[in-house]
Amino acid sequence: MMRITKYVLADILKNKTLIVYTVLLFLLSFSVFSLEDNPTKGVLSILNLLLIIVPLISSIFTTIYIYNSSEFIELLVSQPVKRSSIWLSLYFGLASSLSLAFIFGAGIVTLIYQPDLTGFFLILSGVLLSLIFCSIAMLTSVYNRDKAKGIGASILTWLYFSLLFDGILVFLLFQFSEYPIEKAMMTLSMLNPIDLARILILLKLDVSALMGYTGALFRSFFGNSFGQTISFLVLAIWFLLPFLISLRKFKHKDL
Amino acid sequence: MIRIENISKSFGKQEVLKNISVKMSSNECIALIGPNGSGKTTLIKSILGMVPVVKGRILIDNKSIEGNYHYREMIGYMPQIGRYPENMNIGQVIRLMKDIRGNHTSIDESLIDGFHLREMFEKKMSTLSGGTRQKVSACIAFLFNPYVLILDEPTAGLDPLSSEILKNKILSEKAKGKLIIITSHVLSELEDLITRVIYMQEGNIRIDASLSDLLQQTGENKLGKIISKALN
Repeated sequence: MMRITKYVLADILKNKTLIVYTVLLFLLSFSVFSLEDNPTKGVLSILNLLLIIVPLISSIFTTIYIYNSSEFIELLVSQPVKRSSIWLSLYFGLASSLSLAFIFGAGIVTLIYQPDLTGFFLILSGVLLSLIFCSIAMLTSVYNRDKAKGIGASILTWLYFSLLFDGILVFLLFQFSEYPIEKAMMTLSMLNPIDLARILILLKLDVSALMGYTGALFRSFFGNSFGQTISFLVLAIWFLLPFLISLRKFKHKDL
Repeated sequence: MIRIENISKSFGKQEVLKNISVKMSSNECIALIGPNGSGKTTLIKSILGMVPVVKGRILIDNKSIEGNYHYREMIGYMPQIGRYPENMNIGQVIRLMKDIRGNHTSIDESLIDGFHLREMFEKKMSTLSGGTRQKVSACIAFLFNPYVLILDEPTAGLDPLSSEILKNKILSEKAKGKLIIITSHVLSELEDLITRVIYMQEGNIRIDASLSDLLQQTGENKLGKIISKALN
C-alpha cells in the first residue's frame, strides 16, 4: 500500500489546484483576522467561510481526482495488488493533502491570532470537514461511472449539506413548532456534518446568541464538554462510514 | 492451471457470460475468438479479477481467485485498449509497474529493446499514438516473465514490423511451455501460433477443440474456413 500511496501523493502534490486552494485559504484567513480587532470575532468569520469553502473544494477536488485516476486504477487492478489498498491509498493521499492544505492555509494564521483551544478546535473541525467531504465524494464517484454525473452529484451533495439541509430543518421547525421536537431536531442536526462542525466551535466559544436553535439545544442537553464530545464522535462516524461503504462498493466494482 | 466452473456474469440486464466452464493448462496457446460483444474480453477480465463474478468460480492452480490477488503475479495481461495515467511518461509507467510488483526476480526487457522504446522513455503517455500504447502494453505484459499470458487483441494497431516482433516473442514464450490466451479478429495471424480454439458466441462457448482435431474434422487448412465449417 505504501508504494501506491507514494505515487498518489507525488501526483497530487504536483497539482496546482491544491496550491491555489492553500494560498486562497491563507489570504482569506489572514485578511479576516487583520480586519477584526477582536480575534474571537475573527474566528467566527473564518468559521462561516470555512464551512462553505472547505466542503466545496474537498468534494470537487476529490471527485475530479478520482475520475482522472481511472486509468491509474485500471492499470493497477490487473496487477497483484489488493483492491482495498488501491482505494485506501487514494483516500489517504487525497485526505492528507487536503488536510495539509487547510492546516498550512488557514491553520497557521489561526494559531497566530488565536493561540488557544478555540483556535485548535477551529483547525480540527476544518480538518474533519476535509476528511468527511473527501470520503463523501469518494462514495458518490464510486457509484457514478460517468464523470459529468459524478461531479454533478458531488456538487449536489455539497449544496444539500450547506444550504438545503438547513432550509428543511427550518421548515420542519415551523411546521411542528407546536410539538416538543427538541430531541428530534438535535438528532436531525447530527445528519449534517457542517452543522455539527458549527455547533462544535460555537460551544467552544460559548456565544449563545450565535449558537442558533440546534446549538442551544446541544448545550442545554449535554452541557458544553459532553456536547463537544458527542459532536466529535458523530463527525468521526461521518468520515468513516461513507468511506467504508465506498470501499465495499469498489471491491466488487466491474472495471 | 486455470479452471473456470459455471461462471455467469451480467451487466445490468444484459447477460454477457452464460454458465461457462472451461479448463486451460500450461503448454497451450489458445485462440479465444468470436464476434464483437460475445464475451471474450469479459471472460478475460473475470480471470484477472477486474470483473468479479458472482455465480460460479475460477480456480488457478486449484485455488479460488475470490478475495485473492497474489495469483496475478503469475499473469501478464495486455489489454485491448491500454489506458495509462496521461501525465506519466513511458519510463515512469514501466518503473511504476516494477515498483508495484516488488520482488521481480526475472525481468524480461527484450520487447522494450525490440520496439526501441528506451529511446522514447521521456515521452508522455498522452502524446503517444495508439500503436505505441500497444507496444507499452505488450512490454508490460511480458516484463515479469509470467507463467500465463493473456493478450487481448495484441496486434491491433501495430505496424507489420512490430507485429512480427510481437509474434516471434509469443512463439518463443510458447516454446517455454507457458499458457497463452490470445483474442483476435485477424484469424490469419493466429494460425501459426495456436494449439487450441475456443469460439464464443453470445456468452456461450460454441467450439472448444484443439487445432489439430479441427483440421482433421473439417479438412480445411485456413482458420476462418475451419470455424465456419465447424459451426455448421
